[in-house]
Amino acid sequence: MDAFLLQILNGLDKGSAYALIALGLTLIFGTLGVVNFAHGALFMIGAFCTVVLNSLFTLTKVTISATEKTPWGTPLEIHTPYVQLWFGDIGATMIDYSVFWSLLFAIPVMLIVGVAMERGLIKHFYKRPHADQILVTFGLAIVLQEIIKQIFGANPIPQPAPDAFVGSIDIGAMLGMAQNTVIYPIWRLIYFLFSAIVIGGVFAFLQYTTFGMVVRAGMADRETVGLLGINIDRRFTAMFGLAAVVTGLAGAMYTPILSPNYHMGMDFLVLCFVVVVVGGMGSLTGAVAAGFLLGILESFASMPAVKEFLLGFSIDQVIIYLVAVIILLVRPRGLMGRKGVMET
Amino acid sequence: MGILEVKGVNKRFGGLLALDDVNLSIKENSIHAIIGPNGAGKSTLLNCFIGKLMPDTGTVMFNNKSLLGLKPYEINQTGISRVFQTPEVFADLTVEENVMIPALAHRDGAFHLSALKAMARERDIREQAEKILVDVGLQDDRHQLASAMSRGNKRRLEMAMCLVQKPKLLLLDEPTAGMARADTNNTIELLKVLSDAHEITFVVIEHDMHVVFSLADRISVLSQGHVIVEDHPSNIKGHPKVQEAYLGTTETQ
Amino acid sequence: MLKTLRTNDTALMILFSLIVLAGPLILAPFGAGYPDLMQRFAIYGIFAIGFNILFGLTGYLSFGHAAFLGVGSYSAVWMLKLLSINIVPAIIFAVVVSGLFALLIGYISLRRSGIYFSILTLAFAQMSFNLAYSVLTPITNGENGLQVELDDPRILDSATGPGQLPVPSLFGMDMSSTSVVHFLGMDLQFNVGFYVSALILIAVFYLSLRIFRSPFGMILRAIKSNQTRLNYTGFNSRPYTLTAFVISGMYAGLAGALLVCMDPLAGPERMQWTASGEVVLMTILGGAGTLVGPVLGAGMIKYFENIFSRMNDVMVHDWFSALPGWLNDVLTNVISPFLGSGWQMSLGLIFMLVVIFLPGGLVEGANRIMNRVQRPSKSGPVSGPVDRTTTANSKES
Repeated sequence: MDAFLLQILNGLDKGSAYALIALGLTLIFGTLGVVNFAHGALFMIGAFCTVVLNSLFTLTKVTISATEKTPWGTPLEIHTPYVQLWFGDIGATMIDYSVFWSLLFAIPVMLIVGVAMERGLIKHFYKRPHADQILVTFGLAIVLQEIIKQIFGANPIPQPAPDAFVGSIDIGAMLGMAQNTVIYPIWRLIYFLFSAIVIGGVFAFLQYTTFGMVVRAGMADRETVGLLGINIDRRFTAMFGLAAVVTGLAGAMYTPILSPNYHMGMDFLVLCFVVVVVGGMGSLTGAVAAGFLLGILESFASMPAVKEFLLGFSIDQVIIYLVAVIILLVRPRGLMGRKGVMET
Repeated sequence: MGILEVKGVNKRFGGLLALDDVNLSIKENSIHAIIGPNGAGKSTLLNCFIGKLMPDTGTVMFNNKSLLGLKPYEINQTGISRVFQTPEVFADLTVEENVMIPALAHRDGAFHLSALKAMARERDIREQAEKILVDVGLQDDRHQLASAMSRGNKRRLEMAMCLVQKPKLLLLDEPTAGMARADTNNTIELLKVLSDAHEITFVVIEHDMHVVFSLADRISVLSQGHVIVEDHPSNIKGHPKVQEAYLGTTETQ
Repeated sequence: MLKTLRTNDTALMILFSLIVLAGPLILAPFGAGYPDLMQRFAIYGIFAIGFNILFGLTGYLSFGHAAFLGVGSYSAVWMLKLLSINIVPAIIFAVVVSGLFALLIGYISLRRSGIYFSILTLAFAQMSFNLAYSVLTPITNGENGLQVELDDPRILDSATGPGQLPVPSLFGMDMSSTSVVHFLGMDLQFNVGFYVSALILIAVFYLSLRIFRSPFGMILRAIKSNQTRLNYTGFNSRPYTLTAFVISGMYAGLAGALLVCMDPLAGPERMQWTASGEVVLMTILGGAGTLVGPVLGAGMIKYFENIFSRMNDVMVHDWFSALPGWLNDVLTNVISPFLGSGWQMSLGLIFMLVVIFLPGGLVEGANRIMNRVQRPSKSGPVSGPVDRTTTANSKES
């Protein structure tokens, strides 16, 4: 029971990331009818927003100490972050909580990136064949990835979680089980809660606002909504911006779990494509459900018992694809796919 | 016994009874028109013939073989060809190639690799294609891309693609929809000529009365999912039930 | 066999063969006449021709073709290790294995079309990459890559001298042996490996020509054009697309095997998504659905890759040495990210530019220019782009 619970919990954080990316992917796909191969790049850019903000916060002023010396006898250099210099203790807290600050930073950045991407490139491809849309966003994905690589280098850049959230909690004990059986890193729990809030927010937005209503109508039948005289263009842009923000935030918050690197975008994108296919193309609930489902499945596949059972082969890297194959053979439209979506 | 026998077909979409106990018997080598006001169930009925929809109850038999549950290509292989409401042709291929493909399918619809046979018995197929193109009057355009043709000519091409297969039954879904009067008249003439020259049964779904009355040997009138009358064209014109269905004079005395 | 071809095709075939065989002579003035690069031209040409049979004819955009390239490479290395250093069994085995692999993947992916298909092939390629990288390490030697080693069993010819790592050969002819000829002040390098690849390239080009002109090819083009119509014409399109997929997978496996024959090493990076993207780019750059386009595209990409990745900012700095210092620095900073290890960035950029501005590729671009040149001489509009290579001019034979 406890091992079972532990694996479910372990799957939650990855599942949350899958669900968030797949949600953004489905939003764009459902409203704009474009499969965005550069979507993983948005996740990556979001993650690097944290890197940028963190390094901005930790820019230090170097002062040479008048009294203290290093063991080598040279004057000791004291590195004080400017933020701390200007704001004192509040500044120190700011550095500690830079991940959360980076969310505030990421929202406008992602909005700008998303809108620029839609207005500057994708807009011109609505009328072109799907193959062209795929190809151009694919090219964009390579370019964005390489830009990040040029700026930040090829190595992962570790990002700390705020001190208060470092470490683990004993969930097993909290649930009345034996101590030290189900120990779970706090940040992962935070990430799960965060993603639950974002997903809930997006669904509430679509459910309870006029804008959301139009978007949902558009996802059901794009042509008709266009004929109603509703300015679809502006909403498309806004939708793309929203999807970019959701995905970017998912990336920003994920940094303490996975050190940002230039290829994380494509790594996640391919998996999230599979998630979308399994969930059913064009279904938001399908995307979210399949995201969590596959995340948890992946975590189960990495259990030592499974590895032993499979004669030493660890299949956690490929389990998602295998499940996708089975689902496609059994339910070609995915778990919650509708007939007629992207059938051509 | 007709070549196409439809018996007791019902189809319900949610609360709507789209087809209500439809019975049809279509005689071989006739031109049979199915007419009816919008929403009468014409398209639903057609979709039941071509494997796109599965009726809730009832049978659709073609030459004593059930069509239900067959895939489009299997239905075609039984000898039914279809003309679409908007002409469906291979836009990126030349007119001649457009006709050669169905000719190939007619000879061997099953899968053949034949990659290294540079058009095996190509001459044979090309000749068939050219002959049909003469029949429909497209012989001069045969090296053009199909996408470069007018709508009327695309319709002719589509007709040629169906005829080259020597089908037993040709389904026409509103063959003159969206055409100018002159094109419509041309199409009617073409259909007449073709029906005289080939031993083919035509089933025409149409709402244009002009087309129907100049073509059909027999007409079934569909209204609210039900065949209300089936008769010779001359008897249909003044039929009170038909007028009622079209004009909505529902006041019953 | 050539008799069954149309006259124009025969001419094309002869011209193509001559150009390929004269490769060392033609490429030497461009500084591309050395064996390693020419081999890559030929091999990636084969890869792109195969990809074009799927994408160019049926319109099914596969994003996972590098997987077949990789499978071909691994199978070939295993053959070189286990059976013989002769490349013939390695190539045959690689083509068979990649064909079977393509059959498996195609059977599943082709249940869907359009975007779904692209996503599925991409996912399978990524899965293959993961398999090669970690899961199947005993077979693929993981990250380090699989290579020929001294203590390989090589049942047929393990007699190679001790301490001597064998070089893949064709019945005794080393792939790496090169004879240098001085001609017009240039060193022309005639390399066995290149000529093996070149002959295979010519053979598979001929095969693709035959496929393009066959009824099978016509049906594949009909699938791209209008699948609904094809279904209502009595064709079940699935076996046709699957066959095209398997054929193009075998082409990729052949290319993978040849890569190994030139340099007996196979690593997982060969299967990465960027590699799959590269062959897509080659094909669309040259012109998808055209006969020579893919070979042209492959040549250009590999040529530029070679030039770009050898450059560095010092060289750029030298180019602009005539300019004032600050301008020089600015230009150097702007350009250098695209060079050297930044080749990938240039690749992505070329990708976008081609899709945006030249979706028909170089061949269509050339046709467009030709039309524009010819148009003034003709009266009346030119009727559609019938003169594309795909739509088979010279139908009147």
